[in-house]
Amino acid sequence: MRVVHHPILGDLPKVRQVKIWVDGKEITAHKGEPIAAAIAAAGIKIHRYTTKREEPRGVFCGIGQCTDCVMIVNGVPNVRTCITPVTEGITVETQHGAGRGGR
Amino acid sequence: MREVDLAVVGAGPAGLTAAIEGAKRGCRTVVLDMNPRPGGQLIKQIHRFFGSREHRAGTRGIEIADSLFHEAASAGVEVMVEAEVYAIHDSTLEVVAQTNEDSLVLLSEEATTSRSRPLSIAARRIILATGGAENALNFAGWTLPGVMGAGAAQTMINLWRVLPGKKILMVGAGNVGLIISYQLIQAGGEMVAVIEATSRIGGYGVHAAKISRAGVPILTSHTIISASGESRVERAVIAKVDASWRIVSGSEQELEVDTICIAVGLHPNARLASLAECELCYSPSLGGWVPIHNSRMETTISGIYIAGDLSGVEEASTALEEGRLAGICAAASLGKERAGDYDDIKAIEGRLLGLRSGPFCQHRQDAKQELIGIGEAQCPKQ
Ligand SMILES: Cc1cc2nc3c(=O)[nH]c(=O)nc-3n(C[C@H](O)[C@H](O)[C@H](O)COP(=O)(O)OP(=O)(O)OC[C@H]3O[C@@H](n4cnc5c(N)ncnc54)[C@H](O)[C@@H]3O)c2cc1C
Ligand code: FES
Repeated sequence: MRVVHHPILGDLPKVRQVKIWVDGKEITAHKGEPIAAAIAAAGIKIHRYTTKREEPRGVFCGIGQCTDCVMIVNGVPNVRTCITPVTEGITVETQHGAGRGGR
Repeated sequence: MREVDLAVVGAGPAGLTAAIEGAKRGCRTVVLDMNPRPGGQLIKQIHRFFGSREHRAGTRGIEIADSLFHEAASAGVEVMVEAEVYAIHDSTLEVVAQTNEDSLVLLSEEATTSRSRPLSIAARRIILATGGAENALNFAGWTLPGVMGAGAAQTMINLWRVLPGKKILMVGAGNVGLIISYQLIQAGGEMVAVIEATSRIGGYGVHAAKISRAGVPILTSHTIISASGESRVERAVIAKVDASWRIVSGSEQELEVDTICIAVGLHPNARLASLAECELCYSPSLGGWVPIHNSRMETTISGIYIAGDLSGVEEASTALEEGRLAGICAAASLGKERAGDYDDIKAIEGRLLGLRSGPFCQHRQDAKQELIGIGEAQCPKQ
């Protein structure tokens, strides 16, 4: 959910929108925001599943330290989505294990 | 390979002030930060800072970050964002950087920011100001999506402007837990409760009062037992603990929440320092394993200095002062001294002493003193 109104930060400024593809579904993102923000705004919480037990993982640190948020971006696995900005037309996929399904 | 006099890792308050002092003394200075925007922790702090007026108390962290960045830019510091230092060897920093035209760089036009690419930087002096990292808390279900560091939630609401969830439980009632709870309310979230395992609220009363006025219960002597749900957090079980931290049986209660924020302290982010083979020592008062340093902020590796939360988790005010100290000392070791440096150093030391006094802070002063004592014995002599 986007924070549209805010008592201190004011209203959400208008920014250019870009389209990204998440597991085949089109999502509207704000230019320059991290991938993790765009998918959180779309209500998606699961970024990847662990290798051995296939447990779900999502954003944990939000600043690039923990690698819980990695996904396959444009075919490249293990991309930290919390510090990687969206760009027009990128494809983002839920990662399973080490993401060897990626390129 | 690029060559600089001074390379600073981390563009938080400590790194920026270090760079400013270095550049003012004629050092060719570069600051590298892995995040898209300089300012470190400050860029998500939208509350008025506590501390003294000298340290811009009453100003919001986000504004301090902007003014520091501009001061750095006008002192001639080059600030590189999205540039992560992943190794340091033989005075060389290995940097991996994204080149991304569309990146969010909320900087003013006049600022000298260069977009970055993979590169090696040879630096005559290095200052590490990599800040702190949030402590995790292990309970059943703690790895479920929806459990996150309080700082992660703060980054999401204040920087990205996205609410991580609707019904939120905060674990920890220190300053970080209280401030972020209030900011989650400001962002439109529903705080279900703030719980705290000790018998008293750790943070300032003003912050606690704001939350209580908003109708959010702050439950002391309570801990979290588990989080559960189908692939994501749907509920949490909390319970009372007694004076010896044992769960009081029968006191368990289930809360319907979709997000659990953990605010149980930070530890120095010493990963890069240990890769650079700086020796660490364990100091509970300073947040855990911290690189040993002397009174000039130099580590056991000659030419590598540290400052800020990396040298002990404290506050922005102490980080600003330590950064200055490290910058002046690193420049001096290159022969780039300025008349008045001695007085500046004494003044900084005096202010640091002031910031570390009082009933809540004295233990940090003692721990620092001990750390510097070890440092004076173990770090290279000038
Ligand atoms: C909720 C909250 C409220 C606070 N309120 C106050 C307050 O009211 N008053 C106060 O004085 N203090 C406050 N603080 C504390 C203050 O923000 C910190 O103490 C201060 O920011 C520490 O500064 P620093 O420069 O050491 O580290 P940071 O600000 O954490 O900056 C470190 C930087 O290093 C970068 N980095 C780390 N590793 C690498 C690497 N390998 N390569 C490149 N870059 C790297 C990080 O991206 C980061 O930008 C608050 C903190 C929080 C979380
Ligand atoms: S959430 Fe920790 S690296 Fe992205």
